[in-house]
Amino acid sequence: MADRIAVRMSGIVKRFPGVVANDGVDLEIRAGEVHALLGENGAGKSTLSNILTGLYRPDEGSVEVNGEQRVFSSPRDALDAGIGMVHQHFRLVATFTVAENVVLGESGGSLFMNEAQVAERVRELSDRYGLAVDPSARIWQLSVGEQQRVEILKVLYRGAKVLILDEPTAVLTPVEARSLFATLRAMADEGRSVIFISHKLGEVMSVSDRVTVLRGGRTVGTVDTSETSTRGLASMMVGRSVEFERVVRENPADTSVTVLRVEAVSANDDRGRASLHDVSLTVGRGEIVGVAGVAGNGQRELAEVISGMRASTAGRITVQEDLVKSGKARSAIARGIAHVPEDRLHTGLAASHSVEDNLALKNYRTSQISKFRLLKRGAIRHQASTLVERYDVKTPNTTTPVRLLSGGNVQKVLLAREFSALPKVLIAASPTRGLDVGAIEAVRERLVAAANEGVGVLLISEDLDEIMSLADRILVMYEGRIVDDVPADGADRERIGLTMGGSSTKEATQ
Amino acid sequence: MRSPIRLERRLEQPKWLNWAVPLISLVAALVLGAIVLWLTGKNPIDVYHRIFERGFAGKQAFSGALEMATPLAFTGLCAAVAFRMGLINIGGEGQFYMGAIGAAWVGIAVSGTPTGITIALMCLAGMVFGSIYAAIVGILRAKFNTNEIITSLMMNYLAGILLNYLIFNSKSYWRNPDSPQFPKSKNIAARADWNTYKIFGIEMPIAFLIAMLAGVAIWFLYKRTRFGFEVSVIADSPKAARYAGIRTSSTIVIVLALSGALAGLGGAADVGNFRGLLDAKGLQMAGYGYTGIVVAALARRNPITTIFVAIFIGGLTKAGYSLQGPDFPSGLVGTLQGLILFTAVAGEILIKYRLRTNVSRAGAVVA
Repeated sequence: MADRIAVRMSGIVKRFPGVVANDGVDLEIRAGEVHALLGENGAGKSTLSNILTGLYRPDEGSVEVNGEQRVFSSPRDALDAGIGMVHQHFRLVATFTVAENVVLGESGGSLFMNEAQVAERVRELSDRYGLAVDPSARIWQLSVGEQQRVEILKVLYRGAKVLILDEPTAVLTPVEARSLFATLRAMADEGRSVIFISHKLGEVMSVSDRVTVLRGGRTVGTVDTSETSTRGLASMMVGRSVEFERVVRENPADTSVTVLRVEAVSANDDRGRASLHDVSLTVGRGEIVGVAGVAGNGQRELAEVISGMRASTAGRITVQEDLVKSGKARSAIARGIAHVPEDRLHTGLAASHSVEDNLALKNYRTSQISKFRLLKRGAIRHQASTLVERYDVKTPNTTTPVRLLSGGNVQKVLLAREFSALPKVLIAASPTRGLDVGAIEAVRERLVAAANEGVGVLLISEDLDEIMSLADRILVMYEGRIVDDVPADGADRERIGLTMGGSSTKEATQ
Repeated sequence: MRSPIRLERRLEQPKWLNWAVPLISLVAALVLGAIVLWLTGKNPIDVYHRIFERGFAGKQAFSGALEMATPLAFTGLCAAVAFRMGLINIGGEGQFYMGAIGAAWVGIAVSGTPTGITIALMCLAGMVFGSIYAAIVGILRAKFNTNEIITSLMMNYLAGILLNYLIFNSKSYWRNPDSPQFPKSKNIAARADWNTYKIFGIEMPIAFLIAMLAGVAIWFLYKRTRFGFEVSVIADSPKAARYAGIRTSSTIVIVLALSGALAGLGGAADVGNFRGLLDAKGLQMAGYGYTGIVVAALARRNPITTIFVAIFIGGLTKAGYSLQGPDFPSGLVGTLQGLILFTAVAGEILIKYRLRTNVSRAGAVVA
């Protein structure tokens, strides 16, 4: 591997109102390496990559590309210098073909595009790097994994020598992720540099050559991957070592009392297709029931039906014998069902509203917050300052819009509201997804604490480790049905993995 | 993008921009207007001076501004109330007609009731007619997700046709049988009940007082009540509203009904306080409903500001009418109003985004 330095960022400082996102960050990327950028939410990874791609300008510090100092004023400037970004949220035109998307926005192109020539070039690139995708296919026909390949092709087509990938595996299946890693390796072997932003330690260990860890806007250090371990990286990231083991419960579950009962419930998805079939389950007092499964197998619909956001087409849901009206979130809230949705910022919260308004989002109808249909502003503010302190939300003040908070603090606001309502049942959908190690730990502690207090928790997660370490019982969902139900203690990982993938329980136990 | 200037989204919108930007926009509009005037061989300072004199300066001019402002305040509030929830109600025009029809009906029918009761009944009729008419748009939107811009716009034409039918093409209850040659409506006997008060020498129509009260009431409704909170959450994120158990569909209908009620109230004021009859042609020529959208946009959806903007636009319009003549073409004030809207919309962008120059700042690196 050549040790030539492709990119050097030194002493980068970037301030936003009330926050120093980067506080003297140094980063050095060699040509021909896969370099992981690791850090908690709010550690400054996104800011740093936005500076490198010309979206933001640093307040202090310098950026050198191939030994030459550069100031980028736009992403196009950065791209001209060979730096391209593959965003987490794709920027593709759904009705255009792959080839059209690849040339879209290209500078200095002629008015008409030579479709055949572009397709040829795209095919050549995709062959070379194992990015299998048909240049004439339209984006809406492609899977998420294929769309990501188009994003990568777009950047390669424009001749990027340094590729930045922001949490690329968040949307991929394990198989797709493996193929992505092979692509990254192929690009590095050709002398390109890959900056891989992630907070999944396992991936970082398996794909990168070196790792730079950020914490609190500063560089903690850069290490060779071969000379560190998952545990070592985790402690660099949070500044202490973190344990991933099965939690021991203070107050065990009391399954003699059923708090949530779902009986033969079916429901449709957003497009009106049947996506939940005859699902029955129970959650006992203080019990954590994990729902495992690959995303898109009806978990979201299940969470929404129970929390009243989606009407069921059959079946009934009760909380301690009280019926939850189908499709009535107000009824679910009144019955004591708390819900931490997957989409926190736009479903669980009103993003442009203040922290205090969001904390009152569910109890504004109660006499504590409003009287004669008038809001008690003082009570809202008081409630907010209490909860912000108790749940350790880091925010300039309670009138700050939640969209300005970091991911971990957004989740804290949501949890503060849901837990403080003293629910009987808590539906948590991917409650730790996208959070950093420290925040993940805090969220898990809250879940366990709630269960210790007798709340029945339905934990829906794609993270099997999370379910294995927290749940008392594990349900497996596949194609809208519950296909397996096993106690978590001593559960067979392989069996769960197989049933998640559609094997019958009989096959799985063999 | 290699243009020397680019836009960068503001993370936070400083409060002072909320008044500084509209003010600067206004000055910019006046400067642009001055260029137009100068190019057409007029002395801009002289023209502005005359507009100010006729539109705002002095008790008489200001009284005129208030009279012109009254219908605009109502239609402005009508648009602002819907804008607040992200609904675009273009139908203020038709709802205004409907309000006028309803109020005229009551106004013709009642006689001998005490002043306050007459006014209240006419206002009520205007509000009911306007709100039902707008609620149709709301129900279509809530039940079938039809685009309210299109439906409300089309219903303006319907209301216009109804107005013509009632006065010109039928022997309706509203039509005055004593005037077969020049079709017009019956006179409203209750016209006399709608007072105009003299406050510090300024003539203040009672309808303008009602408009101010309505503005304050709407402000209170949106700032301080549960309903207002629900509306703002729906505007921010419909999904979050559903999640929080807010009844979105019925809120849409209520907001549009409220919006229509305000326009309808304007229609009642037009009949009662100003024209004294149901003036089918005059109403359709005035186009209060459409100007109200401009008023609400300039006021940045704030109900209190809407009242002030209505006075401003009212004064300009008044000056335009009274100055019209060989040396003052009627299009001039319209041009000026257009420029003001143009710069205000441009200013709106500056509140959300900031301008950045692309000149490199090498000095920052050393610092």
